[in-house]
Amino acid sequence: MKNFKGKVLFLDRSDINTDEIIPARYLTEVTKETLKPFLLEDLEMDGFNHKTDIEPNNIVVTRDNFGCGSSREHAPWALEMNEMNVVIAEGFARIFRQNMFNCGMLAITLPKEELDSIFTNFGKSEAEISVDIETDTIFVTNSVKKMEFKFEISDFDKDLVKAGGWLNFADSKY
Amino acid sequence: MGKTIAEKIFDAHRLDRQSGGISVLKLDAVFCHEITTPVAINDLVARGKDRVFDNTKIKAVIDHVTPSKDSKTAEQAKILRDWARRHDIKDFFDIGNNGVCHAIFPENGFSRPGYTIIMGDSHTCTHGAFGAFAAGVGTTDLQVGILKGICTFKTPETIKINITGKRQKGVYAKDIILSIIKKLTVNGATNKVIEFTGNVISEMTMEERMTVCNMAIEAGGTVGICYPDMTTVEYLWPFIQDEFKTKEDALKDYTKWISDEDAEYAEKIEFSINDLVPVATVGFKPDQVETIESLKGTRVDQVYIGSCTNGRIEDLREAAAVLKGKKVNKFVRAIVSPASPKTYNQALKEGLLEIFDEAGFCVTNPTCGACLGMSNGVLAKGEVCASTTNRNFAGRMGKGGMVHLMSPASAAATAIAGTITLATEE
Repeated sequence: MKNFKGKVLFLDRSDINTDEIIPARYLTEVTKETLKPFLLEDLEMDGFNHKTDIEPNNIVVTRDNFGCGSSREHAPWALEMNEMNVVIAEGFARIFRQNMFNCGMLAITLPKEELDSIFTNFGKSEAEISVDIETDTIFVTNSVKKMEFKFEISDFDKDLVKAGGWLNFADSKY
Repeated sequence: MGKTIAEKIFDAHRLDRQSGGISVLKLDAVFCHEITTPVAINDLVARGKDRVFDNTKIKAVIDHVTPSKDSKTAEQAKILRDWARRHDIKDFFDIGNNGVCHAIFPENGFSRPGYTIIMGDSHTCTHGAFGAFAAGVGTTDLQVGILKGICTFKTPETIKINITGKRQKGVYAKDIILSIIKKLTVNGATNKVIEFTGNVISEMTMEERMTVCNMAIEAGGTVGICYPDMTTVEYLWPFIQDEFKTKEDALKDYTKWISDEDAEYAEKIEFSINDLVPVATVGFKPDQVETIESLKGTRVDQVYIGSCTNGRIEDLREAAAVLKGKKVNKFVRAIVSPASPKTYNQALKEGLLEIFDEAGFCVTNPTCGACLGMSNGVLAKGEVCASTTNRNFAGRMGKGGMVHLMSPASAAATAIAGTITLATEE
């Protein structure tokens, strides 16, 4: 399984689309590795700088409808190449969510109130998150606080994560 | 309890079930293009699994950047081309007969009622116009589709939108779907199928239905579906006449897919178009929709007519009708990309390309190019484009550029005026 623990990148906006996650001009790349420097290059948000804010972080916490738009799996790949294997959001676009699990990565949905709580309590600090898929728990910490949140994903989603993605799973079973 | 069209298609294609309401479906068609397929091909080769489940059910086209613009796009095209040859993919469209996937595949009869179709392209929902379950997927789903002919989907809930009434002059399929997306919002249909029904859909041509279904994804929808009817049969007849004795027989067979009266819906929406007027998007989300009238006078640098949304023959006819005998504003760059060779040739035959040419349009070969800012009409920072495409995301047609989505008629009128303008006023 991939690493599901690390520092948090907070993106406090809904509807962040896959063109913002990885612009179409980089879709001419035919290897995942080459996408690494371009993650979130076109995301324009106050307080976010893709050059400095990606490298130290491993977990994305954001709002609703993350990953909408294009079906490009380059979006999860660009995250994966930056060792960001978890996105926690109020909701995801269907294809993006599927792509994450298909790559053995985690797209976790939490209710709005719990995300509000995470943003309020940790959003301005240097926070760390660790995700345990055995107990379906997210542990959020910073230098002064610690909170836990339960989440739900199906056994099938877990199977994909444990298998390292849909191709491995499908190939062994079908 | 009755079933929706999507539930019927799932029942007919289910190979297995997984937890979380997931169905593993057998696929009738896997569509491929050169942007999302090469990584899948390379990975299959690296794993020693360079195989295809059925070389007649996989269809491939080079469409996003064609002819190739640089070494990287040439390499992508080469990977797809070599793979198609290696596996003897029966339907492969390359330079000379290629065009936008969601135009060229339906034109060749590949999209049928009751089919399950995937493609590594979010606008695969277009093919729902034929009563198919057609969904955009990522590269891994595509890869498994190529290798095994299967894909997983959660059985989607369905939103039924009953579209009724009479269109006012100058209101096109694009105005209808943009107005519906405004109502649904950009994630109002996430994880859901949208059924489009009502007299307005029944009266639409297949081209118009494709325009409507194409944009289901802009509301988050998995697929937009229209029920198969005689219009569907007529469109498909050249490809199905060996399968059925008569058109009535074909219709009777296809009708089995139509949702039952007592099917269960997540939501039912009545949508009257009586008062609808021409619209365009503002801002950077496709649900930000205002009337053309309210945007009158907004300056544009470029006009683009084309794409899987509005690059078909009827779209070109509508635009040409506005452009005939007029000239494009001298401060506007106008580009038209017929979506397929068939559209291109038909437009040539009807004298439409001449009208575009004389008006001052650049007529390109069929390609997706400008829609996603890859080639043939990329915007510079600060530039504005009136476009018949489907996404107005920030920088979609070029970093720092802005897009107003609208109908081909509105785009043509805007090209002449140089500012956003109603076609009926031109």
